[in-house]
Amino acid sequence: MHIKRMASAVALALLAAGSIFAQKTTINFWTWRPEDVDSYNKLIAVFEKANPDIQVVQTAQKNTEYNTILSAALSGGSGPDVFQSRAYGGLETFAQSGYMESLEKWVPELKGFDKGPLRGATSIKDGKIYGVPFASQTLLIYYNKAIYKQLGLSVPDTWDQFIANLQAMKKAGIQPIANGAKEGWTLEVMMGAICPNFYGANDFFDALVAGKTTFQDPRYVGAIAKLKELTPYMPDLYMGVSYTDMQSAFINEQAGHFIGGSFEAGYFSAQNPKLDYDVFPAPAAKKGDPHYVSVYADGNFSMNAASKNKAAAAKFLRFLASKTTGNMFIQELKQVSPVPGVDTSSSPFIKKVLSLQKYSTPYIMLVGFRYQQPTGSALIQAALQGFLAGKFDAAEVCRQVQEGVATYYAPFKK
Amino acid sequence: MTAKDLRKGLWVAFFTVPGLAIVFAVILLPLFMSLFNSLFHWNQLIRGDFAGLENFRKIFAAEPYRTRFFNALGNNLKWFVATMLVQNTLGLLFGYFLSRRVAGHEFFKRVIFIPVLFSIVAVGFLWGLYLKPNGLFNSFLKLLGRPDLMKAWLGDESLATFSIIAVNIWRWVGFPSLVFLAAIDNVPVDCLEAAYLDGAREPTVFVRIILPLIVPAITVITVLTIIGSLNVFEQIYTMAGLDGGPNFSTDTIGTLFYRTAFGSVDSGNPEIGIGSAIGVVIYALTFGASIFSIASLRSREVEL
Repeated sequence: MHIKRMASAVALALLAAGSIFAQKTTINFWTWRPEDVDSYNKLIAVFEKANPDIQVVQTAQKNTEYNTILSAALSGGSGPDVFQSRAYGGLETFAQSGYMESLEKWVPELKGFDKGPLRGATSIKDGKIYGVPFASQTLLIYYNKAIYKQLGLSVPDTWDQFIANLQAMKKAGIQPIANGAKEGWTLEVMMGAICPNFYGANDFFDALVAGKTTFQDPRYVGAIAKLKELTPYMPDLYMGVSYTDMQSAFINEQAGHFIGGSFEAGYFSAQNPKLDYDVFPAPAAKKGDPHYVSVYADGNFSMNAASKNKAAAAKFLRFLASKTTGNMFIQELKQVSPVPGVDTSSSPFIKKVLSLQKYSTPYIMLVGFRYQQPTGSALIQAALQGFLAGKFDAAEVCRQVQEGVATYYAPFKK
Repeated sequence: MTAKDLRKGLWVAFFTVPGLAIVFAVILLPLFMSLFNSLFHWNQLIRGDFAGLENFRKIFAAEPYRTRFFNALGNNLKWFVATMLVQNTLGLLFGYFLSRRVAGHEFFKRVIFIPVLFSIVAVGFLWGLYLKPNGLFNSFLKLLGRPDLMKAWLGDESLATFSIIAVNIWRWVGFPSLVFLAAIDNVPVDCLEAAYLDGAREPTVFVRIILPLIVPAITVITVLTIIGSLNVFEQIYTMAGLDGGPNFSTDTIGTLFYRTAFGSVDSGNPEIGIGSAIGVVIYALTFGASIFSIASLRSREVEL
């Protein structure tokens, strides 16, 4: 009897020891959205419940430092297993350096995605897909509905109506536009929201990337010149107004309009749930023209080619390509998810953005010209700062951009 | 070599090797690796084939890099001139008055030096807030009844660099003040008394006696200013952003190097070869300028 009891005791002890030694696989997950950490944690909890043997550790880095930190980690061999990656040009860096795993065989769900979002996840060099697209962004104009109702204004259809609304706000003592010029990228966003209706949207973009026209095309110069018409309605000393100043002015209802991207909505609602806002697409040049908006794929979820837990990472990626994630993006983060079959009816904001995407055109610099240095973005950001400060005119802006891009862009080099 | 010499040698090695190892690993090794990296072509993060001096040629002659590089170098020159003219002169003046034991000198000595102890990132961030269009500084001008003087201090191309330099001077002026105070205090008192007895007035004493005798301190401060102006990075990163905005007017070779070598969201993919070449150029400039100033000031030293 002693022996039997001892044997069962030993067996139990071994079983207990065995379960302690059954390790959980840990995968590291990096994002550039510290603002969304809580939402991602909720998502991770759902995944971990369905996969009890996998633990996901999230780390969020500051957006402007993310590329640097990620390149250092990947080239040093200590990178994350799954990480957010940029689209288009930003993807090429890591794809061509061999740090990303191509995902066709790991994530079969990718076959169901639309061509548009997949374009931002595909390498232009070898045509392989290196990421699961997570959101597309649209550039539009936010407006404060309460102020509009108070002043009796209606959503503008043409440019002249838009300027009239701005004048009415200025006369009433309200800051018409929150945008400033201290941070160049906010000016690029303004250009992306306003200018497509003046430079001919897709016709111009297709001709430009093919080399049939240049940035000095009069259509583009004219579109840039329109931005100067907005400066009387920008804050005092707008050259010193930064991105966070802009956001707080709109959130605190000090400014009536905010020209920005669809990524702002989640943050606005979280910071001021009582803010009564909506969006409209940038005004058309004349009555009856369609309202074009700049659209781009924001980023993807990618896998580290040197990851030691590829099977677990692939499970997580397939989860990120599923409708559960897509719906979370729509409901919590208010972002347009490209996952096929998601339920957009839960968010009126997303429904509206999707309806505006009917007239979409690629966000010109980010999609077409961020593959080499000096990027179209860096050039136009600096040039627009000089332009809005009054240092030079729109023709000079376009000349600088053209000169910089032509140093490497093959179709311009004929 | 006797056993005693060997033991002595081993003790010397024991004390110096740890420090040398750190200097080697953290300073010398990366320097040589940068030099090595700058001699190759790079495709994003993968090293390509040998390029010789091609990356250096690109910095000085090829278009997108050349304008950025010389623009940045020009800004570094602005930093050097403004810092020498304003910060070091003020430092010399403060050091002189502190050495003459003016009323309240103990208090002023501490107050002037406290900003030197602050973290550079904290200083940059806070002054970035004060210099906003509706920030502390402009509100103060409005309070004084001069709203016409309100400007976008960090947003105006002609003012941005000088605003950042002014903040840096505010932070650093305590350091040359104390160095000069110590140097002036070391001037032998009998020398000064002899001068006063001979009827020399204060300005003459300052220019003809004190200045020549504190030249070693001036050398040290000058070399540190040169190195500082070439290395300036944190102030610009915190107050104006990595792109040296607005429109590259605050860009220096430090921020240019960081942007080129590591890339950023907007400015594109990392170009390690060219970034390393910029790093090597920064090193060469710093080294050359330091040697030059030490040599030329050494000849002016006066021994008693």
